[in-house]
Amino acid sequence: MPRPGLPVIALVAAALVYPLVFGSPAAINVGVLILLFAALGTAWNLLGGYAGQISFGHAVFFGIGAYTSTVLLKEAGLSPWLGMLAGAALAALAAVLLGVPTFRLAGHYFAIATIVIGEIAHTVVRNLDAIGGARGLFLPILPTSLVNYQFHNSRLPYYGIAFGLYALALAATLMVERRRIGYYLRAIREDPTASRSVGVSVLQYKLAAAALSAALTAICGTFYAQYVLFIDSDSVFPLSLSILIALTAILGGAGRAYGPLLGAGVLVPLSEITRIAFGGTGRGADLVIYGALIVLISVAQPGGIAALGDALRRRLPQPA
Amino acid sequence: MEIVAQTVASGVLLGLILALSAAGLTLIWGVMDIVNFAHGDFLMLGMYASFFAWAVLGLDPLLALPGVVAALGLFGVVVYLGVIRPVLRGSVLAQIFATFGLGILLRGVAQFVFTADYRQIGDTMATGSFAVGPVHLGLPQTIAALGALIVSGLLFALLDRTTVGTALRATAEDRSAAELMGIDTRRMFALAWAVGAGCVGAAAGLLAIYFPIFPDVGAVFGLLAFVTVALGGFGSVGGAMLAGVLIGVVTSVAGLIFDPAYKFTVAYLLYLVVLVIRPQGLLGRA
Repeated sequence: MPRPGLPVIALVAAALVYPLVFGSPAAINVGVLILLFAALGTAWNLLGGYAGQISFGHAVFFGIGAYTSTVLLKEAGLSPWLGMLAGAALAALAAVLLGVPTFRLAGHYFAIATIVIGEIAHTVVRNLDAIGGARGLFLPILPTSLVNYQFHNSRLPYYGIAFGLYALALAATLMVERRRIGYYLRAIREDPTASRSVGVSVLQYKLAAAALSAALTAICGTFYAQYVLFIDSDSVFPLSLSILIALTAILGGAGRAYGPLLGAGVLVPLSEITRIAFGGTGRGADLVIYGALIVLISVAQPGGIAALGDALRRRLPQPA
Repeated sequence: MEIVAQTVASGVLLGLILALSAAGLTLIWGVMDIVNFAHGDFLMLGMYASFFAWAVLGLDPLLALPGVVAALGLFGVVVYLGVIRPVLRGSVLAQIFATFGLGILLRGVAQFVFTADYRQIGDTMATGSFAVGPVHLGLPQTIAALGALIVSGLLFALLDRTTVGTALRATAEDRSAAELMGIDTRRMFALAWAVGAGCVGAAAGLLAIYFPIFPDVGAVFGLLAFVTVALGGFGSVGGAMLAGVLIGVVTSVAGLIFDPAYKFTVAYLLYLVVLVIRPQGLLGRA
């Protein structure tokens, strides 16, 4: 086992200190959302950042996770933890089935195909009355306990679980980075033809990345359902969610293990602050500021925030 | 049988406008390899321009059309200079990020300035309907479709028959070869944005004759434009025209056969099926 590096120690310390410094329920909520989107962005990064397949359809896997565990809980009384595993398996299967025909598509064709798949799933779920249709599903309220995956007195347990989700996604990423599959994926991203010519099974590795990415995303979907206790097609399947997941990773710097955490650390507070400060007008002032900042960041720093760090490091004198 | 003819006819009418808006998107993509994810929101802006020309200046949307085209063309150049040119040195991801952000910004601005209310242009020159055999066509829809056909024809003429159009196509074909031939490709990029956004403006001005106008109106039309472009083959204006009409017809027929809630779903499925068989789209280069 390699010793945990400095980033991991700093991360654990920051996550432990955060709820001590910001104790209000609203601040804990922001912390939960940062960790949730960091986990989602990290999961996306496995496919989008390392394998170079830009997906704008990850809400499909999130929705599969949320709906699978919720339906199993409501209909069969199955523990959400088991439902979570079922959702992850289903999402991985969906990723493989969708990946086989779509991974042949180049660049923008693939990105648009993922948008379209997401919209189809969104429409189907909204019109499927067997699982709530447009009215959505309320989760049954159970007593607070870890087994029930419900906590009504404090948000701190959710914060802890969200941290666990992020740690899981990060651990998966670091493992992929260090193993053969990580090198293969990056080789495939940089030059698929050359990779194939030296015997890398391009489709097989992309499918593996997609399945892992989808399973992690579905686990986050179950978490969302248990956290909010209500799901509908517009909250867990919309294109805007898919885009937010992708933007979190892209903003932080796609293909970097810690990039999505940076992206979530900027995007989530930004959207929460603008929503709280300006959202009350009901006129979309929050969207104006949010959109303007995204444009400004991409114009000023096309490589993402992590690239900004690289640029600073280059400018500083290097230690001998 | 009559209802089928009726459905196909209205599908074609909508498809022609879809085709025009998609032609603008595909032109920009073909020339400079950038997908404008704010495309639908450009359309929304054009529709508002048309609405306010009618509400404030009392201009009929048909008379306002050249002004809306010019305004959107200018807006396209501003976006190119202000947002797109700076991100050209970044990765594809940065470009996607920038145009998605721009879309959110435009939608937010529209909601803030115009509110979320639905608006509709009232008494226009084009009202009523007429019959062709058993098929009844709305005059506004027909005029809008004819307008789209005319503008598309002008676009073809521009690309095919003029020096500037040849330079645009040369830039799309091979950027460095075009530069060696003395073509200022940066100016061609700006021109592609002007013409591309102008096409969207024309589609918007025509759609505004009969379609309600609200900040999110671009969402569905934008997505349909992406599907149209990818189905036709990126960069192929002819492919976009063909795919636009096809999608118009498929959505209306699907609305007749299935639950109307699924009418776009069927068009999206068609797109996926075509892509699996022909990954480069109907008329795209492999």
